Amino acid sequence: MAAPHPADAPLIAGNQTFGTVTERISRLVEGRTPRAWYIVFAAAFSLLLVFVGTIGHLVWTGIGIWGLNVPVGWGWAIVNFVFWVGIGHAGTLISAILFLMRQRWRTSINRFAEAMTLFAVLCALMFPAFHVGRVWVAYYMFPVPNQMSMWPNWRSPLLWDVFAVSTYFTVSLLFWFVGLIPDLATLRDRAKTKLRRLIFGVLAIGWRGGNRQWRHYELAYLLLAGLSTPLVLSVHSVVSTDFAVSILPGWHTTIFPPYFVAGAIFSGFAMVLTLAIIARRVYHLEDFITVNHLERMNKIMLVTGMMVGYAYATEFFIAWYSGNIYEIFAFVNRATGPYAWAYWIMVSCNVLVPQFFWFRRWRTSIPVMFVASILINVGMWFERFVIVVSSLANDFLPSMWAYFKPTIFDVSMLVGSFGLFFTLFLLFIRFLPMISMAEVKSVLPAANVHGSHHGSGAVAASSESA
Amino acid sequence: MAEKHPIRGVLAELDSPAALLTAARRVREAGYREFDCHSPFPIHGMDDAMGLRRSPLGWVVGGAAMLGVGSAILLQWWTSTVDYRFLISGKPYFSFQAYVPVTFGFGVLFAALAAGLGMLHFNRLPRLHHAVFSSERFRKVSDDGFFVSIEVGDRLFDADRTADFLRSIGATHVELLSD
Repeated sequence: MAAPHPADAPLIAGNQTFGTVTERISRLVEGRTPRAWYIVFAAAFSLLLVFVGTIGHLVWTGIGIWGLNVPVGWGWAIVNFVFWVGIGHAGTLISAILFLMRQRWRTSINRFAEAMTLFAVLCALMFPAFHVGRVWVAYYMFPVPNQMSMWPNWRSPLLWDVFAVSTYFTVSLLFWFVGLIPDLATLRDRAKTKLRRLIFGVLAIGWRGGNRQWRHYELAYLLLAGLSTPLVLSVHSVVSTDFAVSILPGWHTTIFPPYFVAGAIFSGFAMVLTLAIIARRVYHLEDFITVNHLERMNKIMLVTGMMVGYAYATEFFIAWYSGNIYEIFAFVNRATGPYAWAYWIMVSCNVLVPQFFWFRRWRTSIPVMFVASILINVGMWFERFVIVVSSLANDFLPSMWAYFKPTIFDVSMLVGSFGLFFTLFLLFIRFLPMISMAEVKSVLPAANVHGSHHGSGAVAASSESA
Repeated sequence: MAEKHPIRGVLAELDSPAALLTAARRVREAGYREFDCHSPFPIHGMDDAMGLRRSPLGWVVGGAAMLGVGSAILLQWWTSTVDYRFLISGKPYFSFQAYVPVTFGFGVLFAALAAGLGMLHFNRLPRLHHAVFSSERFRKVSDDGFFVSIEVGDRLFDADRTADFLRSIGATHVELLSD
């Protein structure tokens, strides 16, 4: 017989029982902090300080410290905003859409993917908030009664952004916390010290795992998944309308909403993969995050990568087909003009790199996928850069053109935002269970009370092979 | 002794999810109503075994979504056609097509908050204490323990007879709960 098809392999390796799952995952939170964690945390926290320092300087001096010039009034701030919002999308996709599709392999990766979403959206929110210049009047964007009797302009896509992204953050936070409740109860029940018992006792809000609770809990989780699913599609569509409703060549296109969503999922999965590979190595989680999990993510990246590549091709085709000289120029200029270097970085990283995943050998190779995931994130950052900067810098009138050059503060703001992201992420994996224990237990063969012929395909297969 | 610590119920431990499911069915067939089955993860088919109806949470969430959509339309209509009329790019004051994204956002936000808060409400959470927490053994429930608890409020409850009954349906360990 040939080797079993990967889809038939058990979801969780190493003959785990309910007890070993609890033990293995809780120990990461309860045990000693690995030295590697301190080293990485020190690096991340230093970058966070750079971020805070840059923001302080920015607020004190004004956004003139960035490399913005006259046509390019939107520079790295919006590039970074779109980039970070996009990173967040894979978390919601994994936790919501895969949940609704009964993809039970998601259970090992959904928790930290959701955490990644929260932190990425937080990073994203920093950029428009500080780009307004006078951040202390950012409340003008919200419909609060004020002394000028003014209300926001509901026709503006920038305002839609405010609502889309803040709703996205709130719903993701709620979804994440609801998912955490049973695991917080586990930590409460295992707590040895008074302080831990108090903290986790409060956080677990009295959860006692009764089926009368589970039935409301499961429906709430299902509903939150159902509510998050259209959010994945709508948030980035709304972000893309910031561009698409303008009349600028290269922005004014109807393909933007689906194109942005595909790119978001693509880059988000790359980030999940980067983090998962590091986490499973450092914390020895190979049994929970198996190569099978990673391979499935690579397949999703292959698909979304080709969707992104298709969108690049479509943009060119439609520019030509429209017969609009400005539109045609915008695209030819992207590939051959002053920003051609950025364009070709984007194409190589986003279109060529995922093609390696056609081959199972590379799809299952950890070093290959680690490098690929980082290249894809670089490529997706450049995609947003190409869209934002090349369209603005070379618009209708050549007399208005200017080349965008970032300053040190553009760089420190971007690099610093990674500091914020990684600091929060490291604190999360140190203090909260990064894998959902309750959900992993429910996909173990022992949890299947109906025998193999009743369960879903994945469960049936895993109980037979166990 | 019994006066100082009134009995709150009986807790019985089962050794597997399948045993818990069978026990739930037996407890219900014996006529008990104020009981619960505790497990580290939700067990498929347990609602049927315990005779529980589907959670009403969906109705609450649906209602909240409608409320969100309605209030968003009302807010956008009132601010732009009544309280602050301002001609922007020659567009109509009531530009309802442009109101769709914010309306959708409000709908989802209200519904999600209702799902979270509604779940807490139906579960009577947060709560600081419950009789089952008086059992040391019950700590296993969030690890690998499977328990049936029958509360003192049940009309068939009798500490000795209920405990015997639970032993007879396969409980590996039975104890009385007090505060």
